[in-house]
Amino acid sequence: MNKPKKPPGFRVVGTNPIRPDGLDKVTGRAVYGDDFKIAGMLHGHVLRSPHAHARIKSIDTRKALRLPGVRAIITGADFPKPSVPMVGMGEGGHFDMNDAADNVIAKKKVFYDGHVVAAVAADNPHLAEEAAALIEVKYEVLPPVMDVRSAMAPGAPVLHETFNPGAFFMKTIKVLPNASRLELGAGDIAKGFAEADVIVEREFTTETVHQGYIESHICTAQWDERGQVTIWTTTQGAFAIRDQVAIICALPMSHVRVVPLEIGGGFGGKDTAYIEPLAAMLAKKADRPVKVVMSRAESLRATGPSPGTYIKAKMGAKRDGTLVAADLSLAFEAGGFPGGPIAAGTLTSITRYNIPNVRLEGFDVLVNKPKMKPYRAPGATQSHFAVEQLLDELAEKIGMDPVDFRLKNVMKTGDRLILGFPSPPIGGAELLEAVKKHPHYKAPLKENQGRGMAFGFWFGAGLTSSAELSVNSDGTVQMCTASCDLSGTRLTLAMQAAEALGIDVDDVSPTVGDTHSVGYALQTVGSRTTFATGIAVIETAQKVLQEMACRAALLWETDAANINVENGIFTDRNNPAHKFNFKELADKLEHSGGPVSAQSTVTPERVGFQLAALLVDVEVDTETGKVDILRCTAFQDAGKAVHPDFVAGQVQGGVAQGLGWALNEEYWYDAKGHLCNASLLDYRMPTALDVPMIDVVILETPNPGHPYGVRGVGEVPIVPPAAAVAIAIHNAIGVRMDHLPMKPGCVLQKIKDQRAAAAA
Amino acid sequence: MQSLTNGEITVRADGGNVKELVEDLDRNYPGFKSAIVAEGVLVRPGISVVVDGRVVKKGLLHPVGVESEVFFIPAIGGG
Repeated sequence: MNKPKKPPGFRVVGTNPIRPDGLDKVTGRAVYGDDFKIAGMLHGHVLRSPHAHARIKSIDTRKALRLPGVRAIITGADFPKPSVPMVGMGEGGHFDMNDAADNVIAKKKVFYDGHVVAAVAADNPHLAEEAAALIEVKYEVLPPVMDVRSAMAPGAPVLHETFNPGAFFMKTIKVLPNASRLELGAGDIAKGFAEADVIVEREFTTETVHQGYIESHICTAQWDERGQVTIWTTTQGAFAIRDQVAIICALPMSHVRVVPLEIGGGFGGKDTAYIEPLAAMLAKKADRPVKVVMSRAESLRATGPSPGTYIKAKMGAKRDGTLVAADLSLAFEAGGFPGGPIAAGTLTSITRYNIPNVRLEGFDVLVNKPKMKPYRAPGATQSHFAVEQLLDELAEKIGMDPVDFRLKNVMKTGDRLILGFPSPPIGGAELLEAVKKHPHYKAPLKENQGRGMAFGFWFGAGLTSSAELSVNSDGTVQMCTASCDLSGTRLTLAMQAAEALGIDVDDVSPTVGDTHSVGYALQTVGSRTTFATGIAVIETAQKVLQEMACRAALLWETDAANINVENGIFTDRNNPAHKFNFKELADKLEHSGGPVSAQSTVTPERVGFQLAALLVDVEVDTETGKVDILRCTAFQDAGKAVHPDFVAGQVQGGVAQGLGWALNEEYWYDAKGHLCNASLLDYRMPTALDVPMIDVVILETPNPGHPYGVRGVGEVPIVPPAAAVAIAIHNAIGVRMDHLPMKPGCVLQKIKDQRAAAAA
Repeated sequence: MQSLTNGEITVRADGGNVKELVEDLDRNYPGFKSAIVAEGVLVRPGISVVVDGRVVKKGLLHPVGVESEVFFIPAIGGG
């Protein structure tokens, strides 16, 4: 991995300190959801629907309640109807709380295999499971619909008689019984294709996939005598869980305290309340603390995966390589409730290229699967799988180098997006040039080996963050944010605090606060924490320095305007003898007005776009269709890499997940809508044996929206791999792949079709 | 959004903030306001407001200049 040179002016940013939570995590001291225990704790077990689509006729809990040791049972009837229909999640994103409440526990209908119908609290987990099995639920089983094309076809089973199609997009129209539609356009699509010398058109399908976080969902709830509930949980956003629990359980937000524990992966799947409202209601009914643990099977069956899709794509270019038209129709699974990532999938499909004539059509389609949720750059991997392959095909037909083809059309700073507004500073051309210059791009290949390149885009997010800094008398600093640490962000935030304060990073002690201890923050999502919470930290540090400068002025009996602060050194412009370093001044705060602390809540508006490219070499076994990954080089623009090793780790993790998506991972449902592979033996994520060392090249095009130039990095690495592998397979054996995952059977079928066509 | 503006891609409007622009547009394109505004000064769920290239946190209350460019875009969630 290359390491960017530490630019002049930075002392801490750009270095690779040891993470403060590392030792706790490798020694088992860190407290994850299942490590948490509390006196008098009961154990919950959730009863889930065995049907993918059914009406609940009745639920009889009497037998279960008679079992000794059973302390409480809840059903949908124990939950009120949410009084708040929508909850804002920043930047226009919203949760439909009626749907969220129905997703937590079914009221009248179940919409997917594994949908919750009841929950039990008992003295031990086995008893709770036994009691759950005694609950008698009568269903009227309905036919399920399991894929987008079937769900959009005339006569398809209808999931919801009415639904709110506006929950995720303003002009979305409910056009079909199970689908909403959005459309974006620019230019004149017919004119664009008329101008094209070369046109390619293909259809693509992708299967439902899970984020695959290793720690499942686990939480514990306890009430106190004042009617307040505390929930210890594994989550990407303590405040998001608080807000959802408060609304679903009809509680004032101030009566819900959510304490985030260490998190064993999230990737977008842990910003939603699944078991927390169940644990809270069970604990209330039992008047005892209750812990609920989701098994792996439950996690796969009933949390929010990333949608399966059907994409029809057509693109045209001139002979000189100029893209002139793109016409895409994308249908994404929404799951049992509306609001999958269709908007993001649609918008990211072509955003990184200048195409004058465009029509983008997106369908959000209800199917009898769990409610779809974000997964690292939600929707972008699927849409890039289609678009990047068509671009490769266009370049091939024109006879142009695929990187040169992309360079000719790449969006540059100030170019207008399909959304209309001009791109903020962006380094797409620099990134593609780096791909072209890398030795990997021209390295020799053998028979049945191929190389693919794909170029990915993600918007990133700003959203609200908070930070608090307190200066100790010895010059060390306590830092508290509400941003759950998924990837080492407590260190990248501490580094930014140290940089701003002019002190060593070891002198900043970072913690992740709970909802009663620190200001509001939205979730750790959208690759935003080092960027947005970093701005909150830097702004807070500036407040601290400002107050400390006032104290220095008091001590030196001069005006605060005379105090200069640089790299943690306070000086008096009018008296060279007056000089304090940070620690010396910290020692005097108690006697100059008391300790100094500051807090900031920010919502940054200037988010830096994320770009990534991947070079991947594969070898195809033409007898079995198995594809082996031989070599990977990932390129990413980090804006400013605060901790380059962490950036590389994010890139490697995202690429590894993308390779799993490309080759192996998929939900397998039978005709009745039962998930057949609800274990990690059968839901095949890649292991170290499947993935070679992923080399990482970090580029730095500063984001002017952050004081140090930071862009988010966590999501976009997952975007290019599926497309890059498909292109590599094409370059190895000459077939175009149109389905994810590209498992051996699919590749072998393509090889057979190719041989049959050649024979004919 | 073009369905709200008789197919026009770009329209001009007057106002000191986004809300006033929307109200001005609603006079020429009836229904524009109800498509954007949920209640009072709140943007409808699922919409982000972009002023001069920034997704603005004040939404309809964000001030605009004489030459400001305003866009209404779908909200995008991250993972």
